[in-house]
Amino acid sequence: MSKQMTLEVTEVEPLTALVTRFRFEHPEKAPLPIFSGGAHVVVEMPDGEMLRCNAYSLISDPNDASGYEIAVRREDAGRGGSRYMHSEVTPGSKMRISVPTNLFALDPRARKHVLIAGGIGITPFLSHLHQLDLLQQPFELHYAARSRDEAAGLKLLPKSARIHAHISEEGNRMDLGEILTGQPIGTHVYVCGPEGLISAVLDAAARHGWPKGALHFEAFASPPPGKPFTVTLAKSGRMIEVSASQSLLEALEAAEVEIDWSCRGGACGRCETKVAACDGQIEHNDHWLSRDERAEQKKIMPCMSRFTGDALVLDL
Amino acid sequence: MPNTSFSPSIESRPTYAGLVPQGAAPSIMIADAEGAEAILDLVDRDAAVLDQAHLIYIPKGAQFGSKLAELGAKGYHEEASLDAAMTLINRLLGAAHMGTQLYLAGSEGMMGRISALALSLGLPLDAIQMEHRGSIGRPMQCVHCKGVTQDVTTDPFTCSHCGLTLFVRDHFSRRLGVFQAVCVDAETPGVIPETQEITA
Ligand code: FES
Repeated sequence: MSKQMTLEVTEVEPLTALVTRFRFEHPEKAPLPIFSGGAHVVVEMPDGEMLRCNAYSLISDPNDASGYEIAVRREDAGRGGSRYMHSEVTPGSKMRISVPTNLFALDPRARKHVLIAGGIGITPFLSHLHQLDLLQQPFELHYAARSRDEAAGLKLLPKSARIHAHISEEGNRMDLGEILTGQPIGTHVYVCGPEGLISAVLDAAARHGWPKGALHFEAFASPPPGKPFTVTLAKSGRMIEVSASQSLLEALEAAEVEIDWSCRGGACGRCETKVAACDGQIEHNDHWLSRDERAEQKKIMPCMSRFTGDALVLDL
Repeated sequence: MPNTSFSPSIESRPTYAGLVPQGAAPSIMIADAEGAEAILDLVDRDAAVLDQAHLIYIPKGAQFGSKLAELGAKGYHEEASLDAAMTLINRLLGAAHMGTQLYLAGSEGMMGRISALALSLGLPLDAIQMEHRGSIGRPMQCVHCKGVTQDVTTDPFTCSHCGLTLFVRDHFSRRLGVFQAVCVDAETPGVIPETQEITA
């Protein structure tokens, strides 16, 4: 669990019909901890009875301690976190925010960085760009979006010959084969966006003989909603209900069950929890467990994953 | 003689998984001495690896040169020493693209030096294939004077730069591509354990 700070919202700017930028500052204008490109914060959203926490990539300059900025896409089919941000949060709102954590840093050993973003997956790269500029390292950024409405990053990206926008509605699709061919030795690839884009990049890279160590990705995931379910805690026998719009982690927190976390997006491994018994199917939505571990159903990542079936007993 | 398997040691001691053919992808192959046999085995498994391969060989007295030359790699270069080969290796690696395969076979001294170079160019470790063949002589860096003594086969040994008597350690620097050696009689000058041949 990371340290929390209470910050004040100072700017709310719609970037497109779907995406809004938020700026947070310390209420007394105290400097905030600086961070590194690709870092995220976890934002607490007290929505009625429920405390929802979503992770958002920071898009502001990592060395600027005067404030943190995030960009949030409204997900109407989501659990409500992004809707809350869009409808309830205004300048002057106070919100609890974690200190930044980074699971998607630039590899300092790379000699060139190829950044590939899909849709709202542009956000971590916005802070990377500040850092690359400071380090004066070679890079290229490829930004794919379905439409200009989805391409909120266009407003925040500097004009540069190294930044390429691919708007598929305008017939300008991204050609991964071309991007991955002829890159000089020491190039690393970073991809952030929907699942489909990530696997397309990883597959194309494997076909072109890229080593795994040069590939970095961050799935853009907040926990998906689903059917309500019940979990049992092995040690106390307590039963905990997880509602349709709640993650298992949030339900455990609401019941004051102590559980460690960091990314809340199924990537860091911190929330890994042992399953004592499972009669049904775990819906693994994380990127942490291996294929074998998923099949065994002996572990679950409560920040992302859900359950359908008769009984799920956690070793808690 | 197959790929040498080294006895289990600390994490930093490199082990070498052996060469696995990656098809007709562009590649740089570097072998010294008995490392030639690992290249011959590799080609035996899939001759397509030669289609776009630059093969560099440093014989160090071994007799595999003509066999390797006959393989018909896209480019074959025989060099008298690793030092002499470095200009070419630097040029080939520097001009390589991501997706170029790197195959190293032979001594720990050569593989350590080339993998350190490749890492410094930003290539991740999993992009470097290595197979150990031949002498188990190690490249040892004296932690006191920083000089590197190549092909060390006894423990302790004498630093070829500063003359101290040094212990052979399994601590390996990936950045430098060498093992670390420390003074054996620093606390008890002149008390030196009996010299032994090192083993794999
Ligand atoms: S909190 Fe990171 S994987 Fe669950």
